[in-house]
Amino acid sequence: MNKPVLELKNVNKSFGPIDVLHDITLQVKAGEVLCLLGDNGAGKSTLIKTLAGVHKPTSGEMLMDGEPVSFARPKDAADRGIATVHQFGGTFPLMSIGRSFFVGVEPTKGFGPFKVFDKKTANEVAVKAVQEFGITRITDGDRLIGGLSGGERQSLAIARALHFGARVLILDEPTAALGVKQASHVLRVVMEAKKRGVAVIFITHQVTHAMAVGDHFAVLIRGALAANFMKGEKSREEITDLMAGGEALADLDAHLEDNTGQGAAAATVS
Amino acid sequence: MDLIANLLRRPAAASILSLIGVLVFYVVFGGVELGKLANAASWLNYAARIGIVALPVGLLMISGEIDISIGAMIPAGAMTTAIISGYYDLPIIFGIIGALTIGVLVGLFNGILAVRTTVPTLIITLGTLVAMQGVVLAGSKLLTGAASVPLTAPAWAKTLFGDFIFGGSHQVIIIWWVILAVIFWFVMHMSKFGNWIFAIGGDKVSARNAGIPVDRITILLFVLTSTAASFVGMCHAILFNSAQVSGGMNDIFNIIVSVVVGGVLLTGGFGSIAGVFIGTLTFAIVNKGIDFTAIDRNWANLIIGVMLLIAVAMNESFRKMALSYAPKPKK
Repeated sequence: MNKPVLELKNVNKSFGPIDVLHDITLQVKAGEVLCLLGDNGAGKSTLIKTLAGVHKPTSGEMLMDGEPVSFARPKDAADRGIATVHQFGGTFPLMSIGRSFFVGVEPTKGFGPFKVFDKKTANEVAVKAVQEFGITRITDGDRLIGGLSGGERQSLAIARALHFGARVLILDEPTAALGVKQASHVLRVVMEAKKRGVAVIFITHQVTHAMAVGDHFAVLIRGALAANFMKGEKSREEITDLMAGGEALADLDAHLEDNTGQGAAAATVS
Repeated sequence: MDLIANLLRRPAAASILSLIGVLVFYVVFGGVELGKLANAASWLNYAARIGIVALPVGLLMISGEIDISIGAMIPAGAMTTAIISGYYDLPIIFGIIGALTIGVLVGLFNGILAVRTTVPTLIITLGTLVAMQGVVLAGSKLLTGAASVPLTAPAWAKTLFGDFIFGGSHQVIIIWWVILAVIFWFVMHMSKFGNWIFAIGGDKVSARNAGIPVDRITILLFVLTSTAASFVGMCHAILFNSAQVSGGMNDIFNIIVSVVVGGVLLTGGFGSIAGVFIGTLTFAIVNKGIDFTAIDRNWANLIIGVMLLIAVAMNESFRKMALSYAPKPKK
């Protein structure tokens, strides 16, 4: 339906002699949620750090709206509209919602040396932005970030990114540390972001969460793209298998089925 | 009730309670007449001396760093002024510029090391502290042959930096302290730079990603702390018509205690100028106000130690209150 916002073409990344990413080709479109799945150490973090401008690809191309781009530092990626929200969301626990929302882009009023931080506007905008995402429990911009629940922090961080014009939203395991209810809040916020036409890259190893919001799935195994498929093309079990090492686990399953009885016990151990 | 709760959540809460606590303690157990204490200059003079340095140190600590080289910078500022304008008899303006320049240089040195290396700033400034003590002592001996240098300042310099006001024994640096406190309050709580400093103290990496010039701000804060210290030294040299090499070591801890009692979190990200100001007042009253009590002066340090621990404990619990604060849902 539309052109990809962000595209990777044959991207490789190595740190010295160690190859971390191997020939990654991926694309994400506006209004689409790309779920990036993979076990620990599969290269997910390196991939998102490459997207966010922390690392430079060793070889390969990165395209935004079809044009090649190269980021020297995270700020460059942020300026192009790529925003990363980390696992713990709000990063300034002892700052108020209004203040932390506008770090680096503070609204001011007044003239010359007497420009004052416009706390009222900051608080109002921040509260409104997060309420638009359905988090209605946040009503006071003076509250400290550290006092919010994990889900609220994530939602606030996502709202902040979108408020400042993010076009590609990278969510690094946003639901990993959350309870069921909190996680569902965050998933709802992700859906809202998608509805607004943002390209979302959702990193997780919880298949259920991925299935709930994803349009497009990519599985990383040892730095390489093991699978790349659209919603509905694979079942939940197949995805789990893929993430956990694919064939190896499938083999194990088959092996276990041969000697049933003991199979069930062995499966619980594994 | 709401008003009290609101007040307690502010970073300055513990310092206000400490101040009240100390006053009550002195009145009840020391038989202090509050009127006499209020009129006395000794504690206010002392508060101004450590307060002028405590303000930038407070900012620096909110940004997550610390500077202990200030201890050496107070005598360094005093000696520079006295050597240039006393021993070499150059116009006082050169002494003033010299003192401030040495503050800026040492601050730049600290700041640049702090952003270029990963060495904790406690260690970096410990190094500059000891090094500057050496420079001041050896430099003074080398240039003047003495560790104490007399200085005669002209009237205008006296009036500005080293005179008594209100016709009594209050020093003019009290006014400097109050003015600086207002300026620092404005910068910290009203301007966007304050927000940047809080963000740097909260999370340096995120602050940098948000586009804040973290390195430049850090260097600037180090320049401010060490220049404030040399400024205080300069004022004292002008006031007392002389400067000595010794002194300054106590100031380090007194200044840091004032800042911590004032509710600044040692690990950064939390604090306020009002807190630092009141913390300094409290510290000065404990330290100098004890002379107005029936309590033996030798107990002063015990009181300071206990007050520090109580204040820190209060800070801790008030911060928890601030964190867990949520407005009651409107029905």
